[in-house]
Amino acid sequence: MTSYIAKRLLQGVLVLFLVSLLTFFVMYFMPGDPARNMVGQTRVTEFQLEAIRDKWGLNDPWYARYWEWISNVVTGDLGTSMSRPGMAISEMIGDAAAMTLRLNALSFAISLSIALPVGILAAVKRFSIFDYLSMFGSTLGVAIPNYWIGLMGIVIFSVQLGWLPPYGSDSWKGYILPVLVLSIEEMAALARLTRGATIEVLSQDYVTTARAKGLAQRVVVVRHVVRNALLPVITLLGYRMAFILSGTIVIESVFAWPGLGRLFYQSITSQDLQVVQAIVLLLTTLVVIMNILTDLTYAFIDPRVRVR
Amino acid sequence: MSSSKQPLTLAEPSLAGASHTSSARNGSFDADFAVQRNQRLETWRRFKRYKPAILGLGFVSILVLLALFSPLIAPYNPDAPDPSLRGAAPSEDHWLGNDDIGRDILSRIIYGTRIALLVGIGATAIAVTIGVLVGATAGYFGGKVDFALPRLIDTLMAFPLLALLLTLSTVFGPSLRNVVIVIGCTVWASYARVVRAEVLSLRERDFILAARAVGTPDRAIITRHLIPNALGPVIILASLAVGGIIILESALSFLGLGVQRPTASWGTMLSDGRDYLRNYPHIAIAPGIAIALTVLAFNVMGDGLRDALDPRQRN
Repeated sequence: MTSYIAKRLLQGVLVLFLVSLLTFFVMYFMPGDPARNMVGQTRVTEFQLEAIRDKWGLNDPWYARYWEWISNVVTGDLGTSMSRPGMAISEMIGDAAAMTLRLNALSFAISLSIALPVGILAAVKRFSIFDYLSMFGSTLGVAIPNYWIGLMGIVIFSVQLGWLPPYGSDSWKGYILPVLVLSIEEMAALARLTRGATIEVLSQDYVTTARAKGLAQRVVVVRHVVRNALLPVITLLGYRMAFILSGTIVIESVFAWPGLGRLFYQSITSQDLQVVQAIVLLLTTLVVIMNILTDLTYAFIDPRVRVR
Repeated sequence: MSSSKQPLTLAEPSLAGASHTSSARNGSFDADFAVQRNQRLETWRRFKRYKPAILGLGFVSILVLLALFSPLIAPYNPDAPDPSLRGAAPSEDHWLGNDDIGRDILSRIIYGTRIALLVGIGATAIAVTIGVLVGATAGYFGGKVDFALPRLIDTLMAFPLLALLLTLSTVFGPSLRNVVIVIGCTVWASYARVVRAEVLSLRERDFILAARAVGTPDRAIITRHLIPNALGPVIILASLAVGGIIILESALSFLGLGVQRPTASWGTMLSDGRDYLRNYPHIAIAPGIAIALTVLAFNVMGDGLRDALDPRQRN
């Protein structure tokens, strides 16, 4: 087990290095002149631009810039924003991440508490009306673009009925639409996953044995099926981390939610490279850590994994 | 040959026989064709059993026709604004109404099928090509190549997809061509994974050993023997991925970093509609429904194909 952990950690570090290199190079090749972007409409001489480039290290060779960036990042210094002078990037990201976390934690809680029971019930009552309806619902939930559901939510609940604000996070009412919209897709995917896992467990020998010894259906499901079916589902949640930001970029833009997704989008359109780099690196690091944890959990539960 | 009678539109020869083509080069050809035809019929029979898949196939066929013959089918020029009809509600002449500058929404939806199918199928084709080649190479050669690949895949998959796409689209400049390329080049990892696993087990089989024994070059073994036999799961994955890619494209275009205005794409139409939710909500309704139906059709078609090609995975 120790050697497996060591191997997995080493691989993780390697992947993180590649990620940071890739992130850096994508930014490096970003078209346009960051120095000119920074000054915007202000009239400046080429001499002044050159001074800005020098100050931000834009004239240094790529390896020097990469080294400077990565060595600062490792010590926890993400630098300051180019387009918002004096703003510490770590502060900007921290505030935005808190907002995104709130949004996602709420929608995750909602989708879990609905998707798990629905998925299990659909599997237990396979081929029933409930099964067909819930799976139809989940197929729809995956197919409808969630940001469009958001737009329609604004039309119905903000414009027509006037119940909820169309955007913003000032009151609890502002949370309702984005949280619900975000949970729909997650719910749909999770319900399907849970159903699949449960069906697989239901066909196992130990379930047949449990039934054969005369246990009631309810007891079999609660005691033997649910526990074993949830294992793959919960570990898969770890892998889904990567999808979280992807989902929130569009939704936060629709609802003008001051979170990480919107900050990312604003930074990329205003070419605030340092901020984009920092957000991407932060999230990929999170994903890599989650993946390692998930793998280790698997290895802990299932000894066969370790050998490979 | 009565092959023209077969009601087969999906299963090309390469895929219908995908699971057992190893004898294609040394067996009797007549017998081989008979086996392939039987398999194709069997695949089609199983596909047909899942009714939503038939509906999906029907809808996708309609979309293909709409895309191919947009100029003939669309009632109006999709890019010609009519200032007198700005934000006009649906009417007898304009079934879905007009957008914020008076263009006919129905015509734009019809032309939009071109973009959706082009991106969905084009990007998938690129991803499948890269994924299959990379996966087969890694699986066949093993060793160092096979060490590097999973790390590369892990790296690629660590990025939140939409964030990566937005960044790349900014770097290369947003355009239809770049959207197809950028999506295609970022979503191939799952194909490489599947193909690698298939090839790893296939290369130990006797027919590969035989091919090697008679001196077949590596390249030929990979392209003629390994890839055709590993295609089954790839086709299933690909058919299920098209829908997701269409949503990705719409999201990119919605955020202004995908297909650019004034091209009629469903994503840019939603982006137009977003600014007029208060006064002309109908602008944003039709494109969303178009995306949802298209994605739904591709997904159920993929489900049916999975059931037909891989009975083990059915649940």
